[in-house]
Amino acid sequence: MSHDDHDHDHGSELSEMQLRVRALETILAEKGYLDPAALDLIVEAYETRIGPHNGARVVAKAWADPEFKRRLLEDASKAIAEFGLVSRVGDHLIAVENTPRRHNMIVCTLCSCYPWEVLGLPPVWYKSAPYRSRAVSDPRGVLTDFGVNLPAETEIRVWDSTAETRFIVLPMRPAGTEGWSEERLADLVTRDSMIGTALPRRPEEARS
Amino acid sequence: MNGVHDMGGMHGFGKVEPESNEPVFHAAWEGRVLAMQRAMTYTGEWNIDMSRAAQEKLPPQVYLSVSYYKRWALGLEQNLLGRGLVTPEELEAGRALAPPKPVKRTMAASDISAALTRGKYGRPPTAAARFAPGDRVRARNIHPATHTRLPRYVRGHVGVVERIQGCHVFPDAVVTGAGESPQWLYTVVFDGRDLWGENSDPTVKVSVEAFEPYLEPA
Repeated sequence: MSHDDHDHDHGSELSEMQLRVRALETILAEKGYLDPAALDLIVEAYETRIGPHNGARVVAKAWADPEFKRRLLEDASKAIAEFGLVSRVGDHLIAVENTPRRHNMIVCTLCSCYPWEVLGLPPVWYKSAPYRSRAVSDPRGVLTDFGVNLPAETEIRVWDSTAETRFIVLPMRPAGTEGWSEERLADLVTRDSMIGTALPRRPEEARS
Repeated sequence: MNGVHDMGGMHGFGKVEPESNEPVFHAAWEGRVLAMQRAMTYTGEWNIDMSRAAQEKLPPQVYLSVSYYKRWALGLEQNLLGRGLVTPEELEAGRALAPPKPVKRTMAASDISAALTRGKYGRPPTAAARFAPGDRVRARNIHPATHTRLPRYVRGHVGVVERIQGCHVFPDAVVTGAGESPQWLYTVVFDGRDLWGENSDPTVKVSVEAFEPYLEPA
């Protein structure tokens, strides 16, 4: 879909931005620095193919296959390479495992670093000042904003993505899912559970 | 630089408010900005650190008040202007007025896979790693006026090296034009009470990814 096809923008700032961004693209295309057709394809890939469903497949496989889980925790970039994702996984992807004793959360306090290849583009809240400021100093409070209450003794480990390493949380497999296929398991894995601000769906919350 | 982008531990921004059924982009121009940033980074005129640095240098009131993709657009404009790829007159006119400046390469529609794959930042080490897992280290009390990836909230505090992440491009050097100057990168874990005081949640541990020049033995 071309950017000329639809105008969802409302309000003066957005309209101004639509014009400003279109002007910039025109200049860059006229000068031969970029090809608008390439931009179309990049946007389309993020809108349709690169998203948390990729990470959910990875988590489901780790739940179902202990050998894969071992390799994932050892070197997530390498382990995930075999999935052949649209957005090939960069170096230095690290999977961190939730256990009954430890809950992991991911943040980027300095900007908005996020494992795009496996989770797609970050949601607005992840990039927002409230999350970036509080995730490191008050992670339990942030979890409360998400309706998550962990046992008081659970260690909360926050990973601030301050370099080009990227993190994905491997949540705990929900009870009552013994014998489930990877496909059914993947349906329980939400984006936020892989960021660490939510727990996976319980079997009774499955959508399929 | 000690800018408003360095938000860890700041107060007053309120609750985190997730949006249900959030679209990938909230307006079509957001996707164009993302794609333009990808395509222009592909030309090799600047790298990811320089994109971040350009956003951090926006006036603080601008940084805090504009949306995420508007911030990207403003940073992109600054990098284009700074390298002479576009002129202020062109931005004003909305069309090309000056001849293009040669760039190393441009991204064709036939190969966008490069735009969808994260760049590689690991580099061969030029010296042995100074620290090992288990070492106690202090984050240096440094305040560079230029781009750095050492957040303020850990500076001066003692943590423990948990992992060695290899040798990586050093953002602090790249943005000053000093080249990649690869440095060892470590995951360093801090106790929440050391960072936020003894009355803070005792179950919290926070790690940062710290380049070797950020650290000293403790």
